[in-house]
Amino acid sequence: MASLTNRPHGAQTMAISLEVNGKTYELEIEPHELLLDVVRDRLGLTGAKRSCDVEVCGACTLLLDGRPVSSCTLPAFEARGKRVETIEGLAAGGKLHPLQESFIEHGGFQCGFCTPGMILAAKALLAENSNPSDEEIKHFMHGNICRCTGYKKIIESIHAAAEKLRR
Amino acid sequence: MLRRFRLEEPGSIPEASALLARHGETARIYAGGTELLLVMKEGLARYERLVNVKKIPGLDQIKLDNGSICIGALVTHRRLATDGLIMQHLPALVALEKNVANIRVREVGTIGGNLCFAEPHADPGTLLLALGASVIAAKGNDRREIPIEKFFVDAYESALADDELLAEIRIPRLPARSAGAYLKFGYLERPSVGVAVFLTLEGNAVREARIAVGCAGPTPRRVSAAEELLRGKSLDEASRRLDEAGAAAGRASDAISDLHGSKDYKEHIVGVLLKRAFTQAAEQCR
Ligand SMILES: Cc1cc2nc3c(=O)[nH]c(=O)nc-3n(C[C@H](O)[C@H](O)[C@H](O)COP(=O)(O)OP(=O)(O)OC[C@H]3O[C@@H](n4cnc5c(N)ncnc54)[C@H](O)[C@@H]3O)c2cc1C
Ligand code: FES
Ligand code: FES
Repeated sequence: MASLTNRPHGAQTMAISLEVNGKTYELEIEPHELLLDVVRDRLGLTGAKRSCDVEVCGACTLLLDGRPVSSCTLPAFEARGKRVETIEGLAAGGKLHPLQESFIEHGGFQCGFCTPGMILAAKALLAENSNPSDEEIKHFMHGNICRCTGYKKIIESIHAAAEKLRR
Repeated sequence: MLRRFRLEEPGSIPEASALLARHGETARIYAGGTELLLVMKEGLARYERLVNVKKIPGLDQIKLDNGSICIGALVTHRRLATDGLIMQHLPALVALEKNVANIRVREVGTIGGNLCFAEPHADPGTLLLALGASVIAAKGNDRREIPIEKFFVDAYESALADDELLAEIRIPRLPARSAGAYLKFGYLERPSVGVAVFLTLEGNAVREARIAVGCAGPTPRRVSAAEELLRGKSLDEASRRLDEAGAAAGRASDAISDLHGSKDYKEHIVGVLLKRAFTQAAEQCR
């Protein structure tokens, strides 16, 4: 907990309450702490990755009240009183989420670095559009970069998950 | 890495401007933070204090008032792309906003932050010029209206004073048989060239034409030389003059050669986009 022990005398702290994957946390943070660091280093949820660090690649995508955000550039205080979803919260009762299943079944990932962000972004897409076209998927997912798959399999995985979720 | 800063969360505009006046250059307004935090992480700017304006009530509204569409500075790109009132009155803005940045930046980034940062490679300012918009600047209990032409001073420089907030954007409601169109081109993260056209038709003639170009040079700008070539002409005559208007707009764009492309290339693209945007707007006026 480096951010706690290195705190200089007089540093401003904020007591915040947030819900992460259905569990409520009360945390003391400083204003400059980023949501990605709090989730990774303080809550131990390391699915979200830091990659570009400039809101371009989507590897750090988390859902805040259901909407995708770049947690690499979002201060943790912005999650006050809100609901955060990370990839770790998707599986329920030992069963993978339909998106996770479909990404496995359709080869939607190779190295897997982009996958937590990719799946969370896809979850937000399917929440607002249960049957997206290829074009709608490409438009929504445009800010999530994958260096391995060539995207075709990701699009197939999202279609397959959408179908499962509609059933 | 983001350095330590103090967070202030004023509940009113007078409180916010007092904080900004008191702390001068060491403080900065923070809205969505999608630009500000990037420059702070890069170490390009250092602020001891950020003034979060998102606790100020009323700055996130979209409403019709006195023949204008009023958009609060804190409205996000995402809301503009999905709001019913904007869809009804300003479809060109909806189309633009759907294609700003990526979904995560649209979700958090505000229209006010976009305009105030005055980053040359941005979309909304160009369309707002063609739509004849203005902005309301606020400080304490004072308000002043700034026509959007006067708002963009230079790259990264707006007409706002350091302790002034952008409160609202006002766009006059479109007259009958009018439409706007905005088209952009680019292959990097941000747009390289953007062109906006606003038209009002009367019978078969172009009664009003407003044209703006952005991204190519330091600030978006109106191109009166191109507008004059089209205004008052029949649609056929105006269509024949589009090459000339496009060349005028290219010259006026103040394009610079950079990573996005050479000056000549950008001037050429301005011409191409102008023709397409004119055609799109003319079709939507019918
Ligand atoms: C990866 C990426 C891609 C992008 N692509 C595009 C694109 O394609 N097209 C495009 O147009 N833009 C693009 N942008 C820019 C994006 O639109 C802006 O980042 C966003 O709108 C800024 O809003 P914000 O609320 O986050 O501003 P902030 O970062 O909070 O603030 C930006 C600046 O404005 C000042 N400010 C903010 N609000 C106010 C106010 N109400 N009054 C006075 N000053 C204020 C702040 O002090 C700061 O200096 C992109 C950004 C990123 C990161
Ligand atoms: S690491 Fe946050 S968007 Fe790339
Ligand atoms: S699976 Fe390797 S980056 Fe997407």
